[in-house]
Amino acid sequence: MNNSAFMLRGKKRVNRSFMGSFWLFLLLALMGAFMALPLVYAINAAFKPLDEVFLFPPTLFVRNPTMTNFVDLVNLLGNSWVPFSRYLFNTVFITGMGIAGHVLLASAAAYPLAKHYFPGKTILFTTVVLSLMFTPQVTAIPNYMIMSWIGLIDTYWAVIVPAFAFPLGLYLMKQFMEQMPDALMEAAKIDGASEYRIFWQIVMPNVKPAWLTLIILLFQMLWGSDGNGFIYSEQLKTLHYASNQIIQGGIARAGVGAAVALILMSVPITLFMFSQSRIIETMATSGMKD
Amino acid sequence: MSNASLPHTPPAAAAKPAVRRETWWTIRKKAMKAHKHSYILMAPYMLLFGLFTILPVVMSILIGFTYFNMLEFPRFIGWQNYTRLFLEDDVFLIAIKNTLLFAAITGPLSYLASFVFAWIINDLRPKMRAFMTLIFYAPSISGNVFFIWLIIFSGDRYGIANGFLINLGMMLEPIQWLKTEKYILPIIILVQLWLSLGTGFLAFIAGLQTVDRTLYEAGAVDGVNNRWQELWYITLPSMKPQLMFGAVIQLTASFAVADVSIALAGFPSVNYAAETIVTHLIDFGTIRFEMGFASAIATVLFMLMVGTNLIVQRLLRKVGE
Repeated sequence: MNNSAFMLRGKKRVNRSFMGSFWLFLLLALMGAFMALPLVYAINAAFKPLDEVFLFPPTLFVRNPTMTNFVDLVNLLGNSWVPFSRYLFNTVFITGMGIAGHVLLASAAAYPLAKHYFPGKTILFTTVVLSLMFTPQVTAIPNYMIMSWIGLIDTYWAVIVPAFAFPLGLYLMKQFMEQMPDALMEAAKIDGASEYRIFWQIVMPNVKPAWLTLIILLFQMLWGSDGNGFIYSEQLKTLHYASNQIIQGGIARAGVGAAVALILMSVPITLFMFSQSRIIETMATSGMKD
Repeated sequence: MSNASLPHTPPAAAAKPAVRRETWWTIRKKAMKAHKHSYILMAPYMLLFGLFTILPVVMSILIGFTYFNMLEFPRFIGWQNYTRLFLEDDVFLIAIKNTLLFAAITGPLSYLASFVFAWIINDLRPKMRAFMTLIFYAPSISGNVFFIWLIIFSGDRYGIANGFLINLGMMLEPIQWLKTEKYILPIIILVQLWLSLGTGFLAFIAGLQTVDRTLYEAGAVDGVNNRWQELWYITLPSMKPQLMFGAVIQLTASFAVADVSIALAGFPSVNYAAETIVTHLIDFGTIRFEMGFASAIATVLFMLMVGTNLIVQRLLRKVGE
């Protein structure tokens, strides 16, 4: 599907030919449909009554929208041993704490890396870049051991604290800070401001677009966290875990599963909708320089 | 890893002509003292980063050479885990084959798709551009919504794929998509691609917007006369940093297929058809508690991911040279 964009290369056309645009936008529309349809289906499925879920041939759009699935969801969760609000609180707490700590710590570390020249800087940043090159699964087993040594197993902090040191956040923040004009900081320095003050009062307010990017990246990670295997107590488990339990209920829960998925996905998507332009601004500096 | 080294001029302190008595080390010490605040600012992050990222990698490599079951103290057994992994463990060979297949297909394809669609979207008007960006980016931030593919490829007539094909008369009996070995891998690849337009895609969208407009005008004067030449001679070279960043993000993710495999094909999947290195790691690490063996698997995965990334970075740096 991607090759068709390149098959056109042979045809010589002026800078923005009509036909070229036509084919490219057709490709975009087709691929857009492929990306959107499963989500559209998920949204519709959440409003389908049971008889429509099992209709042959299956339909994409709902005919008689109903809130039954949401009512069922509330009933289902109302009967569970741990109330729904507790799962929600757990997820919100983990997400909120993780984001706050990460934005603060990653910015504090990114500022010297971006703006000061000190021994060890290159090796530190190189290590961070290297750590972008593997996924957390590589470190899962030793991480469990470390968690148990420091006694964080079965607490929120087992999920929150490692999120503080999320490497991609530091990387993006540092790249974004690098393009801040030095004059801003120098002026403050001449006025006698300490490094901490410069960081807090000059740098931080100037990197707000990057905050939003770190927030959405971490939000995505923590909002969808199921406890990473560190949390055992039912009352500490996350919304995502609870939703997986519902989805695993199989056919009988197909509608309720879609309802819970709709609720879960609407939050990050809304967040992205409102912060898109800021995030793009940050991503513009994300490049890896030679 | 010279690609990560910094574009800046060397530190002012080091550039000063050294007084004869001062050794390299004393200069360095002085510089460190002068930058006390920098270290203090970085300390909290770096401590946690060391504790939860660097230390675990080192531990994983070390534990990979031991027999360890979480109860007894690890016992050194040399390369035994690795010989067992590559010579005796048939399932691991399936896992490594699948992982490489996923990486070889979803890695480049998702990278290409991220770029091509970012490039087409970039020609749209701002409102439309924001909308299409949202459409393409949404699946990757929707969390566990990929379970919807379970319904699409459900094995009965009510599944979308089956219902659609039966209704069209293309087949008579529903297919057990996710329980049939030959369909499992293509479906996982499809879903993986659906999920893959994430951070790399955003970086490309952003990178395309920062390409200097005057370059295009200058190019048009110099004889660039279609969008493909414009892409090849102006856009791609201007975006090299984003292209390298995107490559790391897309490639690393393509080696770590596990959630989708487990959610769609089950764990373990039919005849291990959807086993990947990560699911194999989960199997030994969280079910069989053979931590030494699991750490060896993690180390292999680490080497594969970092090695491939470093090679690709080296290749990409040559683009446009």
